[in-house]
Amino acid sequence: MAVLVIADHDNAALSDATAKTVTAAKAFGGDVDVLVAGKGAGDVAAAAAGLDGVRKVLHADGDAYEKQMAEAMEALIVPLMDGYDALFAPATTMGKNVTPRIAAKLDVMQLSDIIGIEGQDTFVRPIYAGNAIMTVKSADAKKVVTVRGTAFDAAGAGGSAAVEAVEAPAGPFKSAFVSEEIVENDRPELTAAKRIVSGGRALGSAEEFERLMNPLADKLGAAVGASRAAVDAGYAPNDYQVGQTGKIVAPELYIAVGISGAIQHLAGMKDSKIIVAINKDEEAPIFQVADYGLVADLFNAVPELTDAL
Amino acid sequence: MKVLVPVKRVIDYNVKVRVKSDQTGVDLANVKMSMNPFDEISVEEAVRMKEAGTATEVVAVSIGPQQAQETIRTALAMGADRGILIKTDDDVEPLGVAKLLAKVVEEESPDLVILGKQAIDDDSNQTGQMLGALLDWPQGTFASEVKAEGGKVSVTREVDGGLQTVALDGPAIVTTDLRLNEPRYASLPNIMKAKKKPIDMKEPGDYGVDISPRLTVVKVTEPPVREAGEKVEDVATLVEKLKSAGAV
Repeated sequence: MAVLVIADHDNAALSDATAKTVTAAKAFGGDVDVLVAGKGAGDVAAAAAGLDGVRKVLHADGDAYEKQMAEAMEALIVPLMDGYDALFAPATTMGKNVTPRIAAKLDVMQLSDIIGIEGQDTFVRPIYAGNAIMTVKSADAKKVVTVRGTAFDAAGAGGSAAVEAVEAPAGPFKSAFVSEEIVENDRPELTAAKRIVSGGRALGSAEEFERLMNPLADKLGAAVGASRAAVDAGYAPNDYQVGQTGKIVAPELYIAVGISGAIQHLAGMKDSKIIVAINKDEEAPIFQVADYGLVADLFNAVPELTDAL
Repeated sequence: MKVLVPVKRVIDYNVKVRVKSDQTGVDLANVKMSMNPFDEISVEEAVRMKEAGTATEVVAVSIGPQQAQETIRTALAMGADRGILIKTDDDVEPLGVAKLLAKVVEEESPDLVILGKQAIDDDSNQTGQMLGALLDWPQGTFASEVKAEGGKVSVTREVDGGLQTVALDGPAIVTTDLRLNEPRYASLPNIMKAKKKPIDMKEPGDYGVDISPRLTVVKVTEPPVREAGEKVEDVATLVEKLKSAGAV
């Protein structure tokens, strides 16, 4: 038995989501190898080799892998799967983009966004935005799986796996990277943050969103999230979005400000350890999942909270 | 340019789903069904391409029960030109759907297939990418902007941390994200007109692919219920509570 884990990274650092996926792969069983496909991603390969429980790291280097384009990743990984019983990837935009192509080429039905493993062929995954939990058995010879990070702890350090270079198909491929706009900020990444402050439509504008949410986040060392309503209204960028169609988070502390608590939003944050809701509508559904609810005008309560911390 | 738009009939996104007490699935009896919201965005994008003169024909295809015809009619009322229904009462998994769609693509030869990034029932997020692999076509997933001209497709994608733009050599696959557009409501005259647009009736057997399921559902359960906590009086009490819980 052997599992191949696709590492998610930016050529400089290995993502926390990858370390969590390694934990899921270990729970599945067998030897766990990690594939680092990138360009000049030697540090990432070294970080992957240092994860506890990794047998070896396969390192593929090439221009086509700098942005881990799906078409190139497919060409690289499909032949590698001859030596593996399962492919695991984090359910990040990279994993979601790449793995179904490989599953289709292997003629395997993928298991997306798993939150539990109950044996070599049985997996647990949320459906209907987390409103139902499905346990499902796969009859395929090989398993292709993406892993929801919030459901597994990150593998620790302490490994010393060997790094082995693998041949990386150079293409040409039918897709090319053109450009990217990555939002730069000093705050922790949403899916890895221990604390999150999240704003909703009640903030009223992008200016107010920034004016009230950022100082609170800075005070707590928290990441900033938003509801889909706030994103749709243009108050916050899309990658702030927490919910079924955005990011799934489970921090130690989640403070929902001016968020009513639509099903889609709850699906993305209800596994948080402590939930605080601040909303002036005492009937808001968010209070049904909140550990501490404060019925108040957020424009007074948030600055007061920021000052009190 | 011809655009193929697969559409799926799913439980309406406003409906609170209920898990069946025998744990075999969720209760779909007498529940409102609609077009998957991401597929509405796909139809809208394709129709806008037609209105802008970049697309010449928009074909909507659905795989599902007889009632999926209504979902195709919705697409036709939004502006698609014709439909194809591959009728089956069985649940077809994303891999099976991708195989059927690959055959439809062989017959129809579209230049672009626009799909929703995921269906809000099984939340798989697989079909578009699988279709790309089966056809050896490039893909632009989670699109927030699509420009197609001269056989090239430029797609801006919603990725973790921001936006990424890729260039694809067509024919290509696009999967849609929420911010790509705001789907229109079909007008009454267009709904009437849609009734006259043709829908080809097919069956999975017409395509000669194996769509037998690979997964068996062991059980479907309710998620653990989170108990509501307490209401606090004011910010000072909140801070006190958070401190004693060790959260701040």
